[in-house]
Amino acid sequence: MAAPAARAALRAAIMDAGLTAVLAFFLLLPLIGFRTVQNIRNEIVLETRWQMLFGFVAMAATGRLFYSLVIAPWRERRATQARPPAATVARLRPILARWFAPFCIGFVLVYPALSIGLAGFQGSVKWIDNFGIQILIYVMLGLGLNIVVGLAGLLDLGYVAFYAVGAYSYALLAKTFGFSFFMLLPLAGCLAAFWGILLGFPVLRLRGDYLAIVTLAFGEIIRLVLINWVDLTNGYAGISGIPRPAFFGIPFTADDDGFAATFGLEFSPLYRTIFLYYLILGLALLTAFVTIRLRRLPIGRAWEALREDEIACRSLGINTTNTKLTAFAIGAMFAGFAGSFFAARQGFISPESFTFLESATILAIVVLGGLGSQVGVAIAAIVMIGGTELLRELDALKAVFGPDFDPTQYRMLVFGFAMVAIMVWRPRGLISARAPSLFLRERKAIAAGATEKGRSLREENP
Amino acid sequence: MEIFVQQLINGITLGSIYGLIAIGYTMVFGIIGMVNFAHGDVFMVSAFVALITLLIVTSWLGITSVALALFIVLVVAMTLTSLVNWTIERLAYRPLRGSFRLAPLISAIGMSIFLMNFVQVAQGPRNKAVPPMVEGELVLMEHGPYQVTLSYKQMIVWAVTAVLLLGFWYVVAKTSLGRAQRACEQDQKMAALLGVDVDRTISITFVMGAALAAVAGTMYLMYYGVVNFSDGFVPGVKAFTAAVLGGIGSLPGAVIGGLLIGLIETLWSAYFSTDYKDVAAFSILAITLIFLPQGLLGRPDVEKV
Repeated sequence: MAAPAARAALRAAIMDAGLTAVLAFFLLLPLIGFRTVQNIRNEIVLETRWQMLFGFVAMAATGRLFYSLVIAPWRERRATQARPPAATVARLRPILARWFAPFCIGFVLVYPALSIGLAGFQGSVKWIDNFGIQILIYVMLGLGLNIVVGLAGLLDLGYVAFYAVGAYSYALLAKTFGFSFFMLLPLAGCLAAFWGILLGFPVLRLRGDYLAIVTLAFGEIIRLVLINWVDLTNGYAGISGIPRPAFFGIPFTADDDGFAATFGLEFSPLYRTIFLYYLILGLALLTAFVTIRLRRLPIGRAWEALREDEIACRSLGINTTNTKLTAFAIGAMFAGFAGSFFAARQGFISPESFTFLESATILAIVVLGGLGSQVGVAIAAIVMIGGTELLRELDALKAVFGPDFDPTQYRMLVFGFAMVAIMVWRPRGLISARAPSLFLRERKAIAAGATEKGRSLREENP
Repeated sequence: MEIFVQQLINGITLGSIYGLIAIGYTMVFGIIGMVNFAHGDVFMVSAFVALITLLIVTSWLGITSVALALFIVLVVAMTLTSLVNWTIERLAYRPLRGSFRLAPLISAIGMSIFLMNFVQVAQGPRNKAVPPMVEGELVLMEHGPYQVTLSYKQMIVWAVTAVLLLGFWYVVAKTSLGRAQRACEQDQKMAALLGVDVDRTISITFVMGAALAAVAGTMYLMYYGVVNFSDGFVPGVKAFTAAVLGGIGSLPGAVIGGLLIGLIETLWSAYFSTDYKDVAAFSILAITLIFLPQGLLGRPDVEKV
């Protein structure tokens, strides 16, 4: 009896794969099968890439066949089988939860020393700068946006605007008045918070998707103003020669009064990189710490209540206007800090750094990490930013795809694909359990699905 | 006066394109309450499909008749773009139906980034320009040095838009398919109980939205003669603005909103500054959502507890 059933399943799988191949052929035919190139007379002509087209079609068909023959039965088996209670996992979990955060903080503290040890004095600049600092900037932005989206439940697609405000405030004030980084850092945060309130005020009544689109519009407006107000911002050309932060007044230069000379070391750009690394690490930890403390204050509880149910919030006498505005302002303030750090690290900023894609990246980090989870934000930032940075390093792929192959081209392609794939695979993000901020006797993690269930039921049956 | 009339003509042409894209937004939002963020990029993909089909038709098959070439391009672009959007809906949105509210939006943003970079990688980052297909114009008014002209390609844009919108309106208003769509819009569960295949109806909604976006893409290519992988985002946001302005969920609203946005944009460029024309469009989006969230023709959104 088993043989005919298996044969039928095989036939269905092959049919399925065939259909996938036909679909893939027509989907990819125009954009992969043909390539538009400019000839010598600057006209557009077509080239064909049948090989590549059929390669992709074959890949799609094999993938589909593999899915229906191997993965789908496996998942079915796993769903029907009663899972044995994993005793070791259950025993290890509290230990893991207890030591995970201290271990991570310890690791990021020794990371520069570790990378110098492993990659050498010269080679470690790349690892600390491209990976360490870059990821930490996004961790910080993610933690800041997490306050707005994760805690207060206000979907903000224009978060990069506040990042830009911070960066331009630092750049312009430092260049015009010569103030130091540590003076301007709080000022840039305040200015960004001010803009957060300013842009938050008109959108108080909006909810959900509408709020997202209006914040996107605001973000784009700020970027367009930065491009077009050439007198102030120098337009597309951007601002260069932004002063770098100094170590308690000692600049990181090769001069006699520079950092290296003062401490009797040989000059190396690595010192500045390490200093910047610890600076952004401190800022990111500050953001995380402030968020944790805020969650215990009445305002933090009000944010979370607002996220769960705005109408219930209002009927309990919570001032939703103030609650929303503080969320916008505090989220924006951290973006302002990150922005001024970004300007100080790069020494050059232009509107190109503050596009919508940046907002989408930060939002993706927050959502993929699991809304509201700080550890999740850090992991998502490492995966998304570290992963795409890692693509730059994959020179080995050139051996496979030929010398013209440039992995950085595929960075955003993979990024977009990962966003869709993670949403489909785990719509609640990587860390989807929610730790309650108020509890009776013992703290139980709640699956995020459970908290949302009441809402979705209600929305279906109003 | 002449400038005004000329800008009016240009604005209506641009507005027709926005209106066609806006219908895709408004229908999808109406039926599943989701902002299909990737719709602007579907429009851009359709322009590329149209470009490639046009090159095949003119240089490989050697068809010289403009009307026939345009017809073939339009049909191929509509078919393939519909297929693209159908696949996107199946892969990226359908598994998320019934998930939490932000999930489809995030997935759509990811899809938008994916499509944009896919086209960039597959076809290169440079502008793709085609030689003008239709030339010539009618002079409507002449006053000293000013001429008010209506070019043939503008007439084609108007005519194609009008004909397809009429056909589309017929499908939504008069056929059982349109009835199923409106039923799903009001209450999916009840529609399913009464024998409407909800999944299929939603798929068809995406297909129809994509077909109209493909018309817009073809018209865009013919009218401007140039297309770039990043051309999806800004027209997409403007078309969304049009959908919101007209009242999201309302089909005539989307067309009226598109025309208004097109007119405002061209008049703003003519009388104020070209640099800030996108700022004007984005400001309208914010202002509409803040002060008139139901739009011109939409139903007010009643909040129920």
